[in-house]
Amino acid sequence: MSIAQFLTIFISAVFIYNVILSRFLGLCSFVAISKETRPALAMSLAVMFVTTMSSIITWFIYRFLLIPFNITYLRTISFILVIATFVQFVEMVIKKISPPLYRFFGIYLPLITVNCAVFGVAVLNIDMFFINGKAIRGSFYYSVFQGLCVGLGYTLAMLLMSGIRERLDFCNVPKAVKDFPLAFIIASIMSLSFLGFNGFRF
Amino acid sequence: MDILIPILTLGSLGLIFGIGLAVASKKLSVEVDPRLEAIHGLLPGANCGACGGAGCFGFAESLLSGKASIDACRVAEEKTKEQIAKLLGKKLEKKIKRTAVLRCNGGSKAKDKFIYQGIKDCVDANLVLGGQKECSFGCVGFGTCVAVCPFGAIKMSEEGLPIVDKNKCRACNKCVLVCPKKLFSLVSVTHNVYVACSSHDLGKDTKAVCPVGCIACKLCEKACKFDAIHVIDGSTVSLDLARDPEQVKRAEGLTINPEQSRRVDNLAIIDYNKCTSCGECVAVCPMKTIISRPGLVNKTGS
Repeated sequence: MSIAQFLTIFISAVFIYNVILSRFLGLCSFVAISKETRPALAMSLAVMFVTTMSSIITWFIYRFLLIPFNITYLRTISFILVIATFVQFVEMVIKKISPPLYRFFGIYLPLITVNCAVFGVAVLNIDMFFINGKAIRGSFYYSVFQGLCVGLGYTLAMLLMSGIRERLDFCNVPKAVKDFPLAFIIASIMSLSFLGFNGFRF
Repeated sequence: MDILIPILTLGSLGLIFGIGLAVASKKLSVEVDPRLEAIHGLLPGANCGACGGAGCFGFAESLLSGKASIDACRVAEEKTKEQIAKLLGKKLEKKIKRTAVLRCNGGSKAKDKFIYQGIKDCVDANLVLGGQKECSFGCVGFGTCVAVCPFGAIKMSEEGLPIVDKNKCRACNKCVLVCPKKLFSLVSVTHNVYVACSSHDLGKDTKAVCPVGCIACKLCEKACKFDAIHVIDGSTVSLDLARDPEQVKRAEGLTINPEQSRRVDNLAIIDYNKCTSCGECVAVCPMKTIISRPGLVNKTGS
């Protein structure tokens, strides 16, 4: 456990293996909510929160439930269960504490339940920080940090995309590619440019 | 035996989460007034914002809290308004339905002063020397009102003028606000005679640019038996609406929006407090400027 490792996790999660632009996870919300910056930022913050928290919970589930009983093959279903429950809980809390925020998130909060990025982080943590069914030293901290960093990577991609699309609103584009087709083209170009980070080696 | 462990583990996980969520939903439940949903369901759902609320849901909330009156909704049918008023335990004041009328009859009949090749939008066209029409008061004819109408009640005619379908029009005021020439006004459906011109130019100037503009000849004024139509003389006369509440009242009678137009000169203006829609002025108008709205002659006073 050292600073260098945290830095590696940060750079690889945010830039090199950006959850959206390199791993292609969570694309539905990436395309759907990136029209304006404010909702995009709100969605990103929600995702960041959920990835971090679900990293914590799934680590405990895996370490203290699935490994001891030797039922690691159940990780998919149990992780989904955990994430769904957790998001439901968060939804209730937000509804209680801040109704305007709740209405602002609208459909997107429940959508995080089935956001593959969230599940992807959980599985990624298990793949990276458990070797031969054993947690490596500091794996819990790595997991939490990776959850946070993947959320940051998601935020980065969302903000870039929404910034571009906001400006595109003022451009004269052919009718045929307006909105979603153009969003896909931009997403692919952004993805190509993020490919450039692959050259980083530590 | 091996199958039991995963079943038990997952089963208990699910049970714990389920109970947890059940407890949480009880503890964190938010009391929602059932009337809120009912009212929101009854409202038209156009989210036009004409009531001043943030969409229909916001309006429903302010209705419940007593901040708004159901009258503020310009869109809902009378029947639904009554239902909502019943839900709220209030009485509804009857109002006569109004529709938008366009106070211009120029369109392609009015001369152009230059060829406009910019953005096809009235507001934008109006920025260029007040539009391409020779008449600075007339309709520019790019149909911004058509685009803004949430109910599809306005269509462009072949003459390049918007036509309001009085059955579809819900008097939401959007076209009134968007028109850069301020040509629309809301007139109650019981009044079907209106002056289809907004030009305050002198008669001869109007006649030079538009074959159907009001030339302020006063024939209508003489023909009217009810003292309901007037042409106010002078080039600088204007109602000083800002200071005089009496005149504001009068302007409302003339269906002039106090915020929109202050000039009243050189144009026949009907006082709807007195007008009986008899049609004398329509017959006598030499320019065919005064129009009787088609389909509205049989008075539907509801």
